[in-house]
Amino acid sequence: MELTKLSKGQKGVVKGLKASGALKQRLFSLGIVRGATIEVVDCSLSKATIEVKIGNTLVALRDSEAKDIEVEAQ
Amino acid sequence: MAGCNSCEDVELQNRVKEKKENYCTFENSGKPTGLGAIKVVMAGQPNVGKSMLINALSGTNKGKVGNFSGVTVDSLEVCFEHHCHKFDLIDLPGTYSLEAFSQEEIVAKDFLLNEDYDVIINVVDSTNLERNLLLTTELLELNKKVVVALNMADEARSDGIDIDLAQFKKLLGVDAVIVSAKNKEGIDELLDTVHTVADNAREPNNLVYSDFLEEEIIKVEKFLSERGFSYKDLTNREVAIALLLKNEKVYKQIHENPIMVELFPLIQDALEHIYTHLETKDINEIKAIEHNGIARGVVLEVVNQKAQPKSLSLTQKIDSVLVHKLFGLPIFLLFMWLLFQATFEFGNLPMEYIDSAIGAFGDFIGGFISNDDIRSLVVDGIISGVGAVLLFLPNIIILYIGIALLETTGYMSRVAFLLDGFFHKFGLHGKSFIPLVTGFGCSVPAYMAARTLKSEKDRLITLFIIGFMSCGARLPIYVLFTGAFFSQSVAGNVLFLIYVSGAIFGLIMAKLLRVLVFRSKDEPFVMEMPKYRLPSFKLIWHTVYSNAKGYIKKAGTFILLASMFVWFASNYPKNSNLELTYQSKIEKTDSSEEKKSLALELKQKELEQSYLGQIGKATEPFFAPLGFDWRLSVALEAGLAAKEVVVSTLGVLYSIGEVDESSHSLKEIIAKELTLPVAVSFIVFVMLYLPCFAASMVFAKESGGFKYVVYLFVFTTTAAWVMSFIAYRVTLLL
Ligand SMILES: Nc1nc2c(ncn2[C@@H]2O[C@H](COP(=O)(O)OP(=O)(O)OP(=O)(O)O)[C@@H](O)[C@H]2O)c(=O)[nH]1
Ligand SMILES: [Mg+2]
Repeated sequence: MELTKLSKGQKGVVKGLKASGALKQRLFSLGIVRGATIEVVDCSLSKATIEVKIGNTLVALRDSEAKDIEVEAQ
Repeated sequence: MAGCNSCEDVELQNRVKEKKENYCTFENSGKPTGLGAIKVVMAGQPNVGKSMLINALSGTNKGKVGNFSGVTVDSLEVCFEHHCHKFDLIDLPGTYSLEAFSQEEIVAKDFLLNEDYDVIINVVDSTNLERNLLLTTELLELNKKVVVALNMADEARSDGIDIDLAQFKKLLGVDAVIVSAKNKEGIDELLDTVHTVADNAREPNNLVYSDFLEEEIIKVEKFLSERGFSYKDLTNREVAIALLLKNEKVYKQIHENPIMVELFPLIQDALEHIYTHLETKDINEIKAIEHNGIARGVVLEVVNQKAQPKSLSLTQKIDSVLVHKLFGLPIFLLFMWLLFQATFEFGNLPMEYIDSAIGAFGDFIGGFISNDDIRSLVVDGIISGVGAVLLFLPNIIILYIGIALLETTGYMSRVAFLLDGFFHKFGLHGKSFIPLVTGFGCSVPAYMAARTLKSEKDRLITLFIIGFMSCGARLPIYVLFTGAFFSQSVAGNVLFLIYVSGAIFGLIMAKLLRVLVFRSKDEPFVMEMPKYRLPSFKLIWHTVYSNAKGYIKKAGTFILLASMFVWFASNYPKNSNLELTYQSKIEKTDSSEEKKSLALELKQKELEQSYLGQIGKATEPFFAPLGFDWRLSVALEAGLAAKEVVVSTLGVLYSIGEVDESSHSLKEIIAKELTLPVAVSFIVFVMLYLPCFAASMVFAKESGGFKYVVYLFVFTTTAAWVMSFIAYRVTLLL
């Protein structure tokens, strides 16, 4: 399912990235690859932007980017 | 490069001294020759402390430090000596990976791939090793000499993170030193290690890939060795890895070698295996998976982290308030309001003293000068002009403290996050916040900071509206006018309102530009949120001090010259006829009232026919619909050189115009001479028109051409004129 479906505080394992090109590369270099654990830390009012945690890194994403991250809830 | 680890060798010392001028002539020519110096480049992910480390290593303050990604946007060279050897150190912008994303990352990538240097210092954040190692593995694959600086040792310690250094070095096959740029820990050791590494031959690294990839690497390596192949200083294993991971440079250089005929099928075969194994044909994804595997493996073996780091938990707690769904934005606005309130209130406390001190100083100096013209030049020209600018130093300092806090605490990225949704509606990117807020200090670094925006069109839009974020140099004008026309109790609010309306106007213009000129697809928003850090007093002090120093220096040089120029241009040419006519008129009357008003009339007439008066008169029609007389017009025109000049010019013009020199402050004169609608109109014009000359030059460079400056000039002047006109007419009606 999409990362946006996780609720605040929930964790998931990355299954794949639908993004392409530079964005995909950027997500890779932040450690968002298959098998990585990702946690939703916070989201804005309309869920337009969310804050996630991978390892010890906090990253902010727009929901359009978050939709491109396939996860399996834990 | 001869080893030079001790200064006891007298002969060596002499040689070093002799060669000194060749070593590193950074101070003299501005460009180090680097002969004999060890050229070291700092590479690392953003916000890991590269710039702070370069400051610690070189004992300078040249690198700009801040707690968000993308503080450094251009390379910076620093030279210094350590143990009688020259180091030529280059700080680069941070980059998450060598597959660069935004402008400033491309600067870093280009340097690392194409420039000549001896050693890379790979700075990593010890509290976030796993992600940092993704870049380290990429750097190691460049097959250059690398020393890893495990930075933030102090933070790692307090977070209960323990790193097994020996094991780290062994696993990766790389030299590494534990350092803390903040506490200046491990600095000497790092330099010594770099020195030793530079002096010795490069050692191949120890990266171990996953089994199936290793199998293929060994196959290719064996093939190369059997054919007696060798390429530059690379081992055959390194060549094999480069080929399998599709290193373009290596391919380019050996594709004409006959060995390729046999090699190609082998590699094709190997790649097929890899593709099926990883279920992807995207080489970048394959690299990412491999590098992640290595990073995870290394961290598992060398990092001992019992629980989630304290600093991270604290950050998340603070975030639950500061980026709160509902309160996040109001809290930000409150902070901004407080800042401008403080800028006005505290900044104005010492103003009276400074003002009367400057006045007394003028009188004092004036007392020693018998020549009328020279006295007027010094007192009305230089002291009034420079004094008018210096008066606002306290306000500027408070504004800079606010900006420094925003930059160093980690709050900056949070606001970008909070504003992204809002900015998005106006066709801007959340990250635009960083250059925009930098613009409240000065437009020059703001234009550079826009490099962190990936999309060219986002960047151009941001560049065009940065000028609407009133820079620090415009602050004196606002403080002067709000102080003159509003009561003390609301002036701070008015100041806040001025900044906010400038920003809102900028947003509206951004939307317009987006819809009419720079149409493009949305750029993704992916941004690291740094940990909150309590900024050290030293860091804030340094930022504020250097900005204050710059302001004073500018007042003492540029503004001083400009004031003299304005004085000359407003006193010459002299018209002796005019003087004579009035002189006789004054003598004829008896009433002192009339004498006074005649003298005033003379002054005004003289001013009007001076060079400056003529320029002002010529351009007055353009400004007349906005309510500006020729003096205000001239001040605005002078402000094209630098915004501080607006106030200094007004200072000179109004101080010459004064008849009885009974030390009226500029504020009082302005309150007397101008009306509220004119003041409002003037503020609006200042808020929106072209940034200073220096900023325009940087704008030209960053936007990619002088034609853009012409666009910017037309764009901002039109905007300023129209909005001032509206503001003037509306205020007149009130
Ligand atoms: N506690 C601690 N903080 C550090 C240390 N080194 C750097 N910092 C902090 O880390 C933040 C980033 O430092 P910078 O030197 O600007 O980082 P950078 O790598 O140059 O960042 P970019 O130029 O954006 O790539 C600042 O807030 C520093 O105060 C350290 O050794 N210990
Ligand atoms: Mg930096």
